[in-house]
Amino acid sequence: MEWEVVIGLEIHAQLATKSKIFSGASTAYGADANTQACAVDLGLPGVLPVFNEEALRMAVKFGLAIDAEIGLKSVFDRKNYFYPDSPKGYQTTQLHHPIVGKGHIEIELDNGETKRINVTRAHLEEDAGKSVHEGFNGMSGIDLNRAGTPLVEIVSEPELRSAKEAAAYFKKMHSIVTYLGICDGDLSQGSMRCDCNVSLRPKGQEEFGTRTEIKNVNSFRNVERAINSEIERQMDILEDGGRIIQETRLYDADKNETRAMRSKEVENDYRYFPCPDLLPVIIDQSYVDAVKATLPELPDAKKARFESDHGLSATDAAVLASSRELADYFETVAAKAGDYKLAANWVQGDVSAALNRLETTISELAVSAEQLGRILQLIKDNTLNNGGAKEVFNALLEGKGDDVDSLVDSLGLKQVSDTGAIEEIVAKVLADNPKLVEGYLATPVDKRAKAIGPFIGLTRKAAAGVNPQVVMEVLKKKLEEL
Amino acid sequence: MSDAMHTKTIAQISADLAAGTYSSVEITTDLLARIKREDQAINSFITVTEEQALAQARAADAARAAGNASVWTGVPMAHKDIFCTNGVLTTCGSKMLSNFEAPYDATIVENFNKAGAVSLGKTNMDEFAMGSSNETSYFGAVKNPWDHDRVPGGSSGGSAAAVAARLVPAATATDTGGSIRQPAALCGVTGIKPTYGRVSRWGMIAFASSLDQAGTMTRTAEDSALMLNVMAGFDPKDSTSMDREVPDYTATLNNSIEGMTIGLPKEYFRDDISAEMQQQVRNAIAEYEKMGAKVKEISLPNTHLAVPVYYVVAPAECSANLSRMDGVRFGYRCDNPQDIEDLYLRSRSEGFGAEVKRRIMVGAYALSAGFYDAYYKKAQQVRRLIKNDFVEAFKEVDIIMSPTSPTPAFKFGEKGGDPVAMYLEDIFTIATNLAGLPGMSVPCGQVNGLPVGLQMIGNFFDEARMLNAGHQFQQATDWHLKAPAGI
Repeated sequence: MEWEVVIGLEIHAQLATKSKIFSGASTAYGADANTQACAVDLGLPGVLPVFNEEALRMAVKFGLAIDAEIGLKSVFDRKNYFYPDSPKGYQTTQLHHPIVGKGHIEIELDNGETKRINVTRAHLEEDAGKSVHEGFNGMSGIDLNRAGTPLVEIVSEPELRSAKEAAAYFKKMHSIVTYLGICDGDLSQGSMRCDCNVSLRPKGQEEFGTRTEIKNVNSFRNVERAINSEIERQMDILEDGGRIIQETRLYDADKNETRAMRSKEVENDYRYFPCPDLLPVIIDQSYVDAVKATLPELPDAKKARFESDHGLSATDAAVLASSRELADYFETVAAKAGDYKLAANWVQGDVSAALNRLETTISELAVSAEQLGRILQLIKDNTLNNGGAKEVFNALLEGKGDDVDSLVDSLGLKQVSDTGAIEEIVAKVLADNPKLVEGYLATPVDKRAKAIGPFIGLTRKAAAGVNPQVVMEVLKKKLEEL
Repeated sequence: MSDAMHTKTIAQISADLAAGTYSSVEITTDLLARIKREDQAINSFITVTEEQALAQARAADAARAAGNASVWTGVPMAHKDIFCTNGVLTTCGSKMLSNFEAPYDATIVENFNKAGAVSLGKTNMDEFAMGSSNETSYFGAVKNPWDHDRVPGGSSGGSAAAVAARLVPAATATDTGGSIRQPAALCGVTGIKPTYGRVSRWGMIAFASSLDQAGTMTRTAEDSALMLNVMAGFDPKDSTSMDREVPDYTATLNNSIEGMTIGLPKEYFRDDISAEMQQQVRNAIAEYEKMGAKVKEISLPNTHLAVPVYYVVAPAECSANLSRMDGVRFGYRCDNPQDIEDLYLRSRSEGFGAEVKRRIMVGAYALSAGFYDAYYKKAQQVRRLIKNDFVEAFKEVDIIMSPTSPTPAFKFGEKGGDPVAMYLEDIFTIATNLAGLPGMSVPCGQVNGLPVGLQMIGNFFDEARMLNAGHQFQQATDWHLKAPAGI
C-alpha cells in the first residue's frame, strides 16, 4: 500500500529574556545547580508569580513575524501534574487564549518550490527544571535553574508530509526566532526543542491515522532521522496488519530508533483552569503596532531582496538569508566590496569552508566582515589576485595580523599591473625563448589560445605578483606584433 | 483590672507608649507571661517568638528614645500562622508544614516590622485555613475563651481567641469564605476582611487565590483601622493587588452616619436563624437608626447559590495550590520512600488532614476533563450573578448589614461528622468573598452569654465607611468591651 506521512511539530523556544517569566531570577545558562532559582521558582508556600512583560513583547514579535493573529486578551492557565522538576505541581501555560493565534510560514522544498505551513497557535509558558539521574546513588537530583524560563510553544498544523519537510520547518522557525532576537537558538543548550507528532494514512484517505509523539528532539538532523525511523517503524507495523498505539516516544540518536516512554495506564488529565494569581493579559492594537515597528527584515524578505536587488540566484539567496548572523556578515562584506556576487561567492566558499573546518560560528570567525570586504575591494581594483586574496584571508584566520593592507605588503602579494613594467618583462621572456616563439607562430591561429600558456608561466616566474590579466593582454599584443 | 496592660487596645497602647506610661519591653514581657499562663487552656498560639519579640520591643524602645517613634512603634500583636515569617516556623496549621521555616517575610509581616510592631508569635488556625471551627488544626483545636467547650470559629480562630482572651491586642487574619468574620463573631471581637486586592497576598499561604484576603482581628473598629493603615496598599509582588490610593482609615472614624442607607437583605434574615440571634442584629440596626441611618430591605436573589459555588471554586483552586506540598523541597516527607510515586502518595496522605484531603479531591473532581464545564465553569458564571446582586444593591444602599453567622459558638464535635452542616456556618459570609467585597464583623449582642456578630458588607474599597460605621456603633454601645469571664 502507498502511505502518506502526516507530521505536526510542537517547537519549544526559550525566550531570551534576562529574567524568568514569573520571577526576577536570571535565565543565564550554565550556572551551578539551583543558584538561579528564587522562592518563586522553588514554588515555596506563599509566593506569587508576576508576569515578565519582556516575554510578552517577544511573543508578540514572533506572532507578527509569522503573520499571525495576536491575542489581545491572553490568559494563563494552570496545567496540573506531579513531577519532581515541576515545583508547583502545575505548569503555568496558556490553553484557551494563547498570545499568538493562527499564522503561517513558508518552507523551501527540494524541487525549489515553496510550501506554506500553517501554525495553529503559539503560547507562552514556563519551562520546567531538570532531573539529574547520575551521581546521586540511585536517587535523582533536581536542578531548578531552568524552572520558570519563558518558552513559546509553537504548534504547527499537521501539514508536513516528510521528515525533510519537518526539518526544513524546524530550521525555518529557528531562523525566524534568531532573526527576531527572541531566542538564542542554541540547540545544544536546549534553547529550542521539538516534539514531533507522526502518523501514516493510506494515500488518498482523509482521516488521520493514529499518531505517536516523539519528545524533545533537539537538532535539525535528529528531527529528520527520528521522524524517518518512526515512519519506518509505523510502516512495518501497518504493513503487517498491526495497529499503532497512541503514545509518547523518545528518540535514541545512537541507535537511530524511537522507543516508547513508560506508558501511562490512563491518559493524563491535566485539569486546566485559569490561574487565579495572574490577571488576563490585555494589550491593545497600539501596543501591537509599536512592536511591529521594531520587527527586523525577516529571512523571506531578505532572500527576495538578495535576488531582486543584487541578482543572486535563488539558492545563493536562500543560503545567505538563512541566518541573520550570516546575512548581516554577507551584507557588510558586499557593501564594502561593492559587489554582491563576489561577496556571495566568498561567503559561501572560503568563509563557509573555514566555519566548517574550524567548527565555529560566524560571530567567532577571526576574519571580520570589514576585513573580508577590504580583501574583496583589493581584488576589484586588481591589487590582489585571487590566490593572493586567499593568502590574506588565511593569514587573518591564523591570526598573523589584523590589518589587511599591511598583510598584503608584508606577504608581498601586491600585483604588478603597470603595463609598461610588464611589457619589459614580456619582451625579455620572448627574447630569451626564441624556440617557443617559433613554435607559437607555427601554431594555427585557432589553437594559439592554448599555446600562449607557457609564456604566461614564464612571465609570472620572471616576476612574482604580476597581474595575470595584464600579462595575458600584453603577451597577446606582443605576439601579434611579431 | 481594667487598667492592666493586657486589656488595652492598640490606640491606648500607642498613646501609653508615647506618654511613657510603660515601655514596649514591659508590655511585651507582660503579654508573653500571660500567653504562657493562659494559652495552655486556649491553644491560640502555635509558636510564641519570645526572644524575637523582646528584641523587637527593645529596638522599639530605643527608637522611641531616639525620637523615631510612630503609631505602631513597640505595639505588640501576632500573626496568623498562614503568613510567612522569615526564619520562624510557618505551619499553616498543618502537619505538612510542621517543620517549615519560611526564608522570607510576607509583605504584611514586613509592613508591620517596618512600622515597628512587636510580633509575639503565630496564631493557630484550621489546617490551610479550611474550616469554620478550628477543629482541623494539626496543633489541636483552639478553645473559645467564652466557653472552653465551644469552638472559636475558623479558620482564624487562633487570632480571634487570642484577641478575645486579651493575650494580644490585635492579630492578623485571613478570610476566604468568612474566616475572619465568623471567628470574630463567635469570640466577640472586631475583624475586617478588606476588598479583594486591597492587601497583598505575597507570603500568605494560598488556600483559594481568587478569594483569599488578609485582614484584621482587633477589639475595636478603631484598632482595625490602625491595622489596615499598615496592611493596605499595592504590592508589585502580587499581580492581583490593586494600585489604588490608600486612605488614612482613622481619619473618617468619627464621621457622622446621619443619612447612611443600610440595606438588610431579606435572604440573610432567614426563618431558621433563631429569633434571639435575629433580635441582637435588629437591636444593632435600631441603634444605627437612632444615629440617623436609614434602613431599607433589599434582595440578593442568588444568595442560596453562594455556598455551592464556593465549594466548587475554593476546592478547585486549593487542589492546585496545595500541589506544591509534595514532600520534595520542603515540609513533611514520609519515611523511607520507595520511589517518587510512593514519596508523593505517602507524604501527602500522611501530611494532610481529612478536611484538606476532602477539598483537594472535590476540587480535582470539579476540574477534571468532562466535568469542568458543569462545575468549575458554571460556578464561575454563577459567581458573576452573585456579584451582580451586590452591584445592584449598592446602587440603592451604602452598606449592607446582617448576622455574621447563623448561630453563636457551637460545641466541639457538634458539626464534625457533617461537612455540609459545617459549610453552612459561612452562609452569610461566603458571598462577600465571591464578589470580592469588603466584609466586617463587630460584636452586637449576646445569646446565652455567647457573643453575636453584626456583619457589615461594604461596596468595593469602601473599608473606611465600614470602619466608620463600626466605630460609631462602638461609641454608642459597649458590646465590644465585654470580655469572657475571668478576664
